[in-house]
Amino acid sequence: MAQRLPSVDVLLVGFGWTGAIMAQELTEAGHDVLALERGSWRDTGTDFAPSFIQDELRYRYHGHLFEQTAQETLTFRNTPDQTALPMRRLGSFLPGTGVGGSILHWNGQAFRFLPYDFEIRRQTAARYGEAMIPADMTLQDWGVTYDELEPHYMRWEELCGIAGQAGNVKGQKLPGGNPFEGQRSKPYPTPPMKQTYGPALFGEAAGSLKLHPFPCPSGNMSQAYTNPLGVSMAPCTYCGFCEKFGCGNYSKASVQTTILPVLMQNKNFTLRTECEVTRINLDASGTHATGVTYVDAHGNEFEQPAELVIVCAYILHNVHLLMTSGIGTKYDPATGQGTLGKNYCYQLTPSVDVFFEDKVLNPFVGAGALGMIVDDWNGDNFDHTGLGFIHGGYIAAYMTTGRPIETELLPEGTPKWGAKWKQAFVKNYLTSMSISLMGAVMPNKVNYLDLDPTYRDVYGRPLMRMTYDFKQNELKLQDFALGKMADIAKAMHPREIKKSPRGPHYDIVPYQSTHNTGGAVMGVSRRESVVNRYLQHWDVSNLFVVGASAFPHNSGYNPTGTVSALALWAAEAIRSQYLKHPGPLVQS
Amino acid sequence: MATASVVLMPSGAPAREIKGRVDDPWLPHQADAPAPLQDPGYVFFTPEEAAFVEAATERLIPEDDLGPGAKTCGVPLFIDHQLAGAFGRAGSWYMQGPWGKGQDTQGFQSRMMPSALYRAAIKAIDEHAVSSEAGKLFADLPAEAQDAILSDLERGKLDLGGADAKTFFKMLWQNTKEGMFSDPIYGGNKDMAGWKMLGFPGVRYNYLDWVDRHGEHYDQPPVGIRGRPGWNSTG
Repeated sequence: MAQRLPSVDVLLVGFGWTGAIMAQELTEAGHDVLALERGSWRDTGTDFAPSFIQDELRYRYHGHLFEQTAQETLTFRNTPDQTALPMRRLGSFLPGTGVGGSILHWNGQAFRFLPYDFEIRRQTAARYGEAMIPADMTLQDWGVTYDELEPHYMRWEELCGIAGQAGNVKGQKLPGGNPFEGQRSKPYPTPPMKQTYGPALFGEAAGSLKLHPFPCPSGNMSQAYTNPLGVSMAPCTYCGFCEKFGCGNYSKASVQTTILPVLMQNKNFTLRTECEVTRINLDASGTHATGVTYVDAHGNEFEQPAELVIVCAYILHNVHLLMTSGIGTKYDPATGQGTLGKNYCYQLTPSVDVFFEDKVLNPFVGAGALGMIVDDWNGDNFDHTGLGFIHGGYIAAYMTTGRPIETELLPEGTPKWGAKWKQAFVKNYLTSMSISLMGAVMPNKVNYLDLDPTYRDVYGRPLMRMTYDFKQNELKLQDFALGKMADIAKAMHPREIKKSPRGPHYDIVPYQSTHNTGGAVMGVSRRESVVNRYLQHWDVSNLFVVGASAFPHNSGYNPTGTVSALALWAAEAIRSQYLKHPGPLVQS
Repeated sequence: MATASVVLMPSGAPAREIKGRVDDPWLPHQADAPAPLQDPGYVFFTPEEAAFVEAATERLIPEDDLGPGAKTCGVPLFIDHQLAGAFGRAGSWYMQGPWGKGQDTQGFQSRMMPSALYRAAIKAIDEHAVSSEAGKLFADLPAEAQDAILSDLERGKLDLGGADAKTFFKMLWQNTKEGMFSDPIYGGNKDMAGWKMLGFPGVRYNYLDWVDRHGEHYDQPPVGIRGRPGWNSTG
């Protein structure tokens, strides 16, 4: 029997990046906030100290900062005719757990989406005609525009001290930046990172092909920085342990390095750790959340009433929690009816490996967002007429790390083990690099999330079931992009190159990116979305669902910037509108 | 909003409640340090299993002019201790049934935890070797015959009874690379030989001086979590 606790004003489910943003924004406005986090308290000095964090086995391969599938996982299949089986080990994506969530172990690649993304259906149809959008592509506009989000992107970049070179400030094109980016109100708060040899070679080659290379906007600090909350970060030392690790040097933007020191001084904020929310409770009408049920580390169950519930977990758990709480109408791929679980998307990440004979690249001198980018084939930055796909992706030359278990670039035809493998690995380790695509994924009628009929989690709830595969749009985009990537690679004058495509079927085993999106998408009407443009649930107005679960498609960029801008946008709507007059912010 | 914010946790609840400004969440002396390998001998493998793993990993990464192979680098010892610990027990993995074979894209689906998989697979491989190679165990075969068996495992062409050959090979190869290139604190990568072979300087913390030095060979020796031999008397 759950023990009932006294009610709170605002309850946050999950205390990662979006939870911390919400907590800071709402406590700052004077509201009392309680956050429930399933994992434990973690901080730089105690949990990611430079004296032990640089441990590839422990953090990358044993996943000490990641979610454990023994606690929570999902089942997976490529297509609806297959039987889904549990993801027994993490692989393709690596959700975090604990205070600070997944952003704790991100690379720091800090992008905005394009204006095109938010009005993708309208703009695609306007430029190419409706026939450009295949019948099985459930493409839809987001209900919010780039211009509306711009101040929130800017605010997030200032919170994090993002290092970059602007390409378009108030309509003025700036050299060295991304000429295709949406108009910015201000430049980046800090200058771009210095490039090492590999990305510099890529930048020169891209320039020689009349492309538009620019440095990756970076959440790794290019210089000391103090954010608007007064929290300071230190310059990045290029140690090469960013993604999959916490930063021991206070050099990577995260909850711990940007918000936590200030938030924990607010007496109207309370954090409970080792408390996993298992259900959102509704009243008899089914249109009002009364609070949540959670289970602590000993298995004790509590009922925590709240006036307002904001779900801020990782996208997969946002969607799962709505499903297991029976909130909303489940999506049915056969009829296209229902919204919960639809438009699950991911990221398309093929690469072209580049091998030099004698150029020493020192790959271990790296940082998560150290790299040069070209955006010439992203979004609708180029004419898609006759190509058979929409959208695109950025092409990058990153030098994130030389960690030797993970960094294995081998020329075509190299045996997978044995003496010749060893020779090739040693010969190429210092002199090879990879050019990668951050490819967009368009929604498809049969790529979706629902509940598994067989497998259960430790709380006895059905696991979520993911049905996902690359579709024609992704495979055609990949062919196109690999050609462009190879062109740039050849212009770098290497000894040889190797194309490494994904697919043809999505494989949940090799790591690709923790860029899962969709399932509780935002939109202009309740018919096609779970939440409105302010991330407020259409059916339950005192419930907001924040995170990449709201993305109706995934763009050709890393999602964190857009996740953050949407969280700040929703927080402002909650502060300035909802809490003054609780109720639906959009009439359906 | 007027609701009271003060919520006292019921006594005995293990979850931690941290109230802003009131509680100090920063805990000193709580560093989450790694657990180094203590026992320099095998703690999981039987002598026969150890002989198999020493022979097999040495074929996967053999000694040559470039440097020592897996055996000299302590890879078998590393794997042994991994199998004796949380990894061997699949301590963090979802291991509930039912168990289906599934598609390759669905990943690891064995009911066997790694320690059981190694034990069953090694036994079946040695039985196969004995029956097809005139009574010899895998470890006693010539290199070419060992390579042929490893290739068959890789391609799933050997029937190992309950253990899946491809699953075992993938795990053995991954663990071999981990033992060759992980921090020496875990028993492999002895004398940082794996890192030296590649030119990886280990866990050096600051490369700021090297960002602009395009094309130059990095000239410092590798460092591990516990430093490097020259820094302490025990070597």
